[in-house]
Amino acid sequence: MPDDSNNQKDSSAAKRYWRTNIKYLSILLGIWFLVSYGCGILLVDQLNEFRLGGAKLGFWFAQQGSIYVFVVLIAVYVVLMNRLDRRFGFRED
Amino acid sequence: MGLDVQDWTFLIVGLSFALYLGIAIWSRAGSAGEFYVAGGGVPPLANGMATGADWMSAASFISMAGIISFAGYDGSVYLMGWTGGYVLLALLLAPYLRKFGRFTVPDFVGDRCYSSVARVVAVICAIFVSFTYVSGQMRGVGVVFSQFLQVDITLGIVIGMAIVFVYAVLGGMKGITYTQVAQYCVLIFAFMVPAIFMALLLTGSPVPQAGFVGNLGGEVGTQIAADLGVADGQKIALLDAIDKINADLGFNAFTDGSKSRLDVFMITLALMVGTAGLPHVIIRFYTVPKVRDARLSAFYALLFIAILYTAAPAVGVFGRTNLIYTVEHAVYNPEQAGDGDKVIPDWFREWENTGLLAWVDKNGDGRVDYLSGRVFTDGGKDKPKFATSEDGDVARGEHGQRLVTNPISETGNELYVDRDIMVLANPQIANLPNWVIGLVAAGGLAAALSTAAGLLMVISSAVSHDLLKGVVMPKISEKQELWVARIAAAFGVFGAGLVGIYPPGFVAEVVALAFGLAASSFFPAIMLGIFSKRASREGIVAGMIAGISYTIVYVVFFKFGWADGVLSAISGWEPGEDKKAHWFLGISPEGIGSIGMLINFGVALVVSKLTPPPPQEIQDLIENIRVPKGAGEAHEMQLPPATEEDF
Repeated sequence: MPDDSNNQKDSSAAKRYWRTNIKYLSILLGIWFLVSYGCGILLVDQLNEFRLGGAKLGFWFAQQGSIYVFVVLIAVYVVLMNRLDRRFGFRED
Repeated sequence: MGLDVQDWTFLIVGLSFALYLGIAIWSRAGSAGEFYVAGGGVPPLANGMATGADWMSAASFISMAGIISFAGYDGSVYLMGWTGGYVLLALLLAPYLRKFGRFTVPDFVGDRCYSSVARVVAVICAIFVSFTYVSGQMRGVGVVFSQFLQVDITLGIVIGMAIVFVYAVLGGMKGITYTQVAQYCVLIFAFMVPAIFMALLLTGSPVPQAGFVGNLGGEVGTQIAADLGVADGQKIALLDAIDKINADLGFNAFTDGSKSRLDVFMITLALMVGTAGLPHVIIRFYTVPKVRDARLSAFYALLFIAILYTAAPAVGVFGRTNLIYTVEHAVYNPEQAGDGDKVIPDWFREWENTGLLAWVDKNGDGRVDYLSGRVFTDGGKDKPKFATSEDGDVARGEHGQRLVTNPISETGNELYVDRDIMVLANPQIANLPNWVIGLVAAGGLAAALSTAAGLLMVISSAVSHDLLKGVVMPKISEKQELWVARIAAAFGVFGAGLVGIYPPGFVAEVVALAFGLAASSFFPAIMLGIFSKRASREGIVAGMIAGISYTIVYVVFFKFGWADGVLSAISGWEPGEDKKAHWFLGISPEGIGSIGMLINFGVALVVSKLTPPPPQEIQDLIENIRVPKGAGEAHEMQLPPATEEDF
């Protein structure tokens, strides 16, 4: 949903910061969608052919795996954005 | 350890309440900033805990594990839906709202839409969503009191109101934040202690999440495995065991669902997006000092929530496996039991008294038969209604069981099990010490009170800050505004208590609706407000109204039945027919918020194309909130040219 219609200041740091942010968001939300809606719902029957310990894999993603991945996704986002803040000089003191 | 269950419960609940009140007095709010956003100085770790308690309600603590134990795979919608929303919150909303740096959600909507109309629409949505929610919490407080302390529900609610009144009205957000930190600690400890004991008994593993994917083992688990015909030295996975047990009794396999894939998808989406759009969760991110603290506290929040949410399905399976193993085909009256017969344990009789269990000896064999199907034919929730004898005493059958007056169904099932028992009775089922039972009571109360306080904060700030200062009397002084906020919070407490004491029949439906409403109104409005500079006020307001109206109308049609005439005119539904057949694409009312959200986005984007773009100062505002520090200066700053390859 980025809207860059008035992008005359395209080269500014803020613009580049925002574009990188959008890139991170797209990748992380892609994984978010894949583990929950993909592995936990749409592909659950196919994945249930496989097992993880005592659980069918699709079922495990729906009740445990997706939640673990969500926690990791936010952790990765925190690290990436803190680096990005520093790189573009937007880090708050 | 000479104390009995009641003493322990009074002691632990009393201590926890004293702690909350102490914290409230220590952290009184002095200024508007402290009252609304705790002065913006909450450390991320504390905010994460407070968000966890704020978010996890009486329903999460008491009911969720039980819901999953009955619903199996279908219960995944709650697990994914109520955690996945935090990813959206962390990535799409929290940092930018923190940078925006005001007090409330309607603040953002009103400023971003440069419109008082938008602010008022947001205020109405916020109050409606929060009020329906908070009445459910007060009811939860009353239920915990009545079940653990044999106190009347009404008195329980009044006590809960008094406690919340002190720390929400005096302390504002500052008082609420630090009590929520304490409440998180109480509730997670109270949830995990029985969970760990149950895991040891059934799987031999002290980690519930590991036991969930492990084999039957431990003291009780080994016996269950033997009962299922597993040979000595062989192992059976816990989840395979519950699937087998369910199949034997005629239930769906636990790891399979009965809902359609599309419906599961849509309900999960509505719950996720609704979570991210709930005002009482969003405002927690205004309370931290910096943008990066908002991101970090979203991480802590989900981490702390995930501890309970990944343990809940495990508790559900442990509870169900153990319950069925213990009661199925067991002899009710110990005196009639022969050699080798299973006998109904004492805790069963205790929980009969609370109405969470009921047994009807349909075939007269004196044994409890638990099978798929309803026990009663009342419809709805089928709560047991116990009979009283002529002298006003409890009426008992020939085996000593409590008799019910409900109409009895034709099915072979003789056992009514309330899902809440999976959490509430676990300590007794697992033979845990009395203090653990007191702890579970304190945990349920902590979960309900912390959520109620967060919701009351939204209601009071919506009235005093958004409506009064934002629209009606912009010149009001800070001191007066604070007074109005306290009075509004007091009215909120009082109103929520009243609805808790006299619940209208449709409370449960309305609470479920809250997520759909948040999903179809706030989430798209805030997201577009941040991510699209082109989204105009006309677009955002039209989108909110279209999304929320569609959702309300759909729920009214299919859940409340207030407009059946209109429904049959539109869809050809005939009275008496199952409404399911006429759901839009087979999507249940619980999941329709997803469609409402899509409608909101669609309408907002189209209307924005047709109306003038936001004025320059709003576009500058958007640029400003997109970066953590001074977007304005950033244009002039000379930075070394950085490229993507720098990583």
